[in-house]
Amino acid sequence: MAEIEGGGGGGHKKGGKPKGKKMSTRVDFTPMVDLGFLLITFFMLTTSMNKPKTMEINMPVKKVDEIDKQKVKASQAITLLLAENDQIVYYFINEVTGEPETPVITNFSKGGIRATLLNKNKELLVKANADNYDSIPVLREMYHLNKIKEDEMKSRIAGIKANPHALIVVIKADDKAKYKNLVDILDEMLICNIGRYAIVDITPVEQELIKTAMAVKPK
Amino acid sequence: MPKVKVPRKSTSVDMTAMTDVAFLLLTFFMLATQFKPDEPVTVNAPSSVAEVPLPDVDIMTITISNDSRVFFTMDGQLYKETLIKKMSALKQVPFSAEEIKEFSLMSSFGVPFSQLKTLLAMKSEERAKFNQSGIPCDSLNNELADWIWQSRLSNNKVRVAIKGDQDANFPVVKQVIATLQDKNVNRFNFITNLSTETVEK
Repeated sequence: MAEIEGGGGGGHKKGGKPKGKKMSTRVDFTPMVDLGFLLITFFMLTTSMNKPKTMEINMPVKKVDEIDKQKVKASQAITLLLAENDQIVYYFINEVTGEPETPVITNFSKGGIRATLLNKNKELLVKANADNYDSIPVLREMYHLNKIKEDEMKSRIAGIKANPHALIVVIKADDKAKYKNLVDILDEMLICNIGRYAIVDITPVEQELIKTAMAVKPK
Repeated sequence: MPKVKVPRKSTSVDMTAMTDVAFLLLTFFMLATQFKPDEPVTVNAPSSVAEVPLPDVDIMTITISNDSRVFFTMDGQLYKETLIKKMSALKQVPFSAEEIKEFSLMSSFGVPFSQLKTLLAMKSEERAKFNQSGIPCDSLNNELADWIWQSRLSNNKVRVAIKGDQDANFPVVKQVIATLQDKNVNRFNFITNLSTETVEK
């Protein structure tokens, strides 16, 4: 029989059965806790909690013949040209002459394109005698102040989007624009509650327009 | 005056409660974690206020890096096997069973079809170092269109997600969108991060 002899050669062999020493049942947990926290740290650092979000885009079906192309009413439309260095050049079409008005340079800040879009949309809706023209922030505030119910807020937000007199946005990105600019401007559509917008290819005329606008007002 | 005797207390603390908490947290993180597949490029997605979460299944992802290279991947091992078989039939390039297996396990890739065999022969460490040139998607040689087309044949429920880097140039994005429209994919998703900016006012 293999027996491990404890204590080496120092002899307290009293003969007979060695009495089992009563050992404490307590175990030192410290290494286990160390290991536990090490693993926690590892998993906390590798895990990514926020899942990526998506933005759904619907593009029109490509038509072979361009007959179906709708003409946008000039007074309702705004054309946004996404230029380099996160700048936007926008212009309206003059209702009377049908010529583009003087382009304006703006940017993606809150007071920039967002203010323009919100103001213009409101202006158009007031002009069309729509009784529902308040922007999303105003409606949200009214909801928070308990002036309107949640259902009413939602239906009014949807109403602005569907209003045939609301602003129509044509988005054209220059070749020097970045992908971020495109996502940002689509984001603004979401924020400003604009239901009708389209991403259209830029024309050489408009590329020239950006150049001249930049030359007039250098950054 | 007699001295006040301060009883000596043992410095060892009962660790059991702490262990319990530690392991509870550990279990939580282990279950909640999802390991990211190693991607050939790191993409810094732009942020937006969109709140729709990206679905986990039935999705093909077209990645556009900041240096205008295009990468492609699709979820589902079985679908990928079907995809590579269909592609090999289309291009009339035979693939061995090992290569098909390897392809189904590979994450995002961005090489022309002619280099795909070379890429599949590599080990994953070599692949990470290999400079992938991107899938050609210009009008002369639009392989991306083939990949999209064959993916839709492999899995008819598949949806398209575009994951572009913030600084990706617009012409490439336009090219990818045009390719999608060419293949009658008129509805697709842009992958974004949730913006921290508040929309109120």
